[in-house]
Amino acid sequence: MFIVLLILTALIVVWGVGAYNTLISLKNQVANAWKQIDVQLKRRHDLVPNLIAAVKGAMNFERGTLEAVVAARNQAIQVSSGGDVSRIAAVEGQLTGALHRLLAVVESYPDLKATGNIGQLQEELTSTENKIAFSRQLYNDVVTQYNTKQRQVPTVFVAGMAGAVPAPLWELTEDAERAVPKVEL
Amino acid sequence: MSEEADLFTQQQRNRVRSRLLIAGFIAFFAWLGFGGDWLLWQFTMDAAPGGYHHVVPWLGMALTTAAGIATIVAWRKGPERVLWSTNAFEVIDPANEDERRLVNVVEEMAIAGGVPRPRIWIVPDEDPNAFATGRDPAAAHVAVTAGLLTQLDRDELQAVIAHELGHVKNLDVRLMTLLAALVGAVALVGDFMGRFMRGGGRLHFSSSRGGGRRGGGGKKGGNPLLIVVLVLWILSWLLAPLVTRLLALGVSRKREYLADAMSAQFTRNPGALASALHKIEHSAAATTSIKRGSAHLCIADPLGRRLTNREGYFAELFGTHPPMAIRVAKLKAMAYQREVRGEMGDGR
Repeated sequence: MFIVLLILTALIVVWGVGAYNTLISLKNQVANAWKQIDVQLKRRHDLVPNLIAAVKGAMNFERGTLEAVVAARNQAIQVSSGGDVSRIAAVEGQLTGALHRLLAVVESYPDLKATGNIGQLQEELTSTENKIAFSRQLYNDVVTQYNTKQRQVPTVFVAGMAGAVPAPLWELTEDAERAVPKVEL
Repeated sequence: MSEEADLFTQQQRNRVRSRLLIAGFIAFFAWLGFGGDWLLWQFTMDAAPGGYHHVVPWLGMALTTAAGIATIVAWRKGPERVLWSTNAFEVIDPANEDERRLVNVVEEMAIAGGVPRPRIWIVPDEDPNAFATGRDPAAAHVAVTAGLLTQLDRDELQAVIAHELGHVKNLDVRLMTLLAALVGAVALVGDFMGRFMRGGGRLHFSSSRGGGRRGGGGKKGGNPLLIVVLVLWILSWLLAPLVTRLLALGVSRKREYLADAMSAQFTRNPGALASALHKIEHSAAATTSIKRGSAHLCIADPLGRRLTNREGYFAELFGTHPPMAIRVAKLKAMAYQREVRGEMGDGR
């Protein structure tokens, strides 16, 4: 009888350690995925001034579009230090929207597009937008997995011990971002 | 999540199979060597006291050591060897728009797949194709042909790169690179054997088997074990290259479907891979830069064997790649399901 109890306890402990480690590993993946988003957002913040400088001269009469981009960028930089996920998602969503409008405007200036610099910047911007989108996709996938795991029946018993709390998803709040104009490159 | 479970199982399976492949490879050469020693020992046992007696198993020791060294080289230098054999050059500083786009796309897909950015290579060949190699995600390489860059649009390129990173992420690259390197080593055995049979080897064989000793064996009533071992041993030498070819076929087909599915998971755009595969399949020529030994690494059969066009048992058995029609059909089904379901619920 005693031996049976001992074996049972041992089994439970082994299983508990496994479940605990799974949760910790997922938690680290979430943190890692978030860092990846952060890196890409910073990249975009750094890219905006170059873009503005390249198109400023030719687009004097489109001031509003340019100013919207600059304003959205400055707000995004401000929030990026110490904001929570939903707040950052909101301001970055505005920046995405403003950039897409700017790209759509650039499309209507054939002279501007013809200079090689813009073509390169367009590729950089497309790539940066994609990187943000893909890092968001990865983040949301990992978060979903983490949140599901910590609520599922066997793992839920060790969730408290592992300090697992549901992580926030990066959701699209901005209607403008959902209805982005399709930029043909 | 079942996707995650799949990935983990696949990684585990690839680790185990890589180990088995190495063990099998060394064991096979040990058998060739020590088997030969045993046979020689049997044949020279009742030679005259002054004659040659094969006592020290130098053949076995030499071949086993050689196999061990070959494995270490394959493990360490396998990826470099594969890339070198295709004349690929590395993209470090993108020199033109195509290269810049390639680097960007690879970086994007590395993010989507959650793997480190692999090193990027271009194979100077006009036929569109791509492959990945490396030991693990931290030291991986992705190579595309120049033709792929010019013929595919951004979305299609993205899908192909995602497919390759799928191979990287589930450790297919480890097993497939090892196999490519070891197949090369066994091909050497085949060459050697061919020369041996045609040339001076015959002399050696006839002197050791012929004459009195062979008669002596007959007088003993023909040691059946000796004959069985001799036949098996010669068969092993002859069939080794064929067996490794079949092995290369066996490992590569199922994982193409899995990598296609991973590509769809990374890009959320299975239709792009379907159209990329269609373009790759319908380009005219074979990818001549990619040699036979690394064919199973590629996204589509580089040898242009029309076998992959047909469905059915024969194609399933002998192609290095699954029939293209089935792959495209599976991807189109995925794309259709996405349309029906709308978004995948992740906001993209």
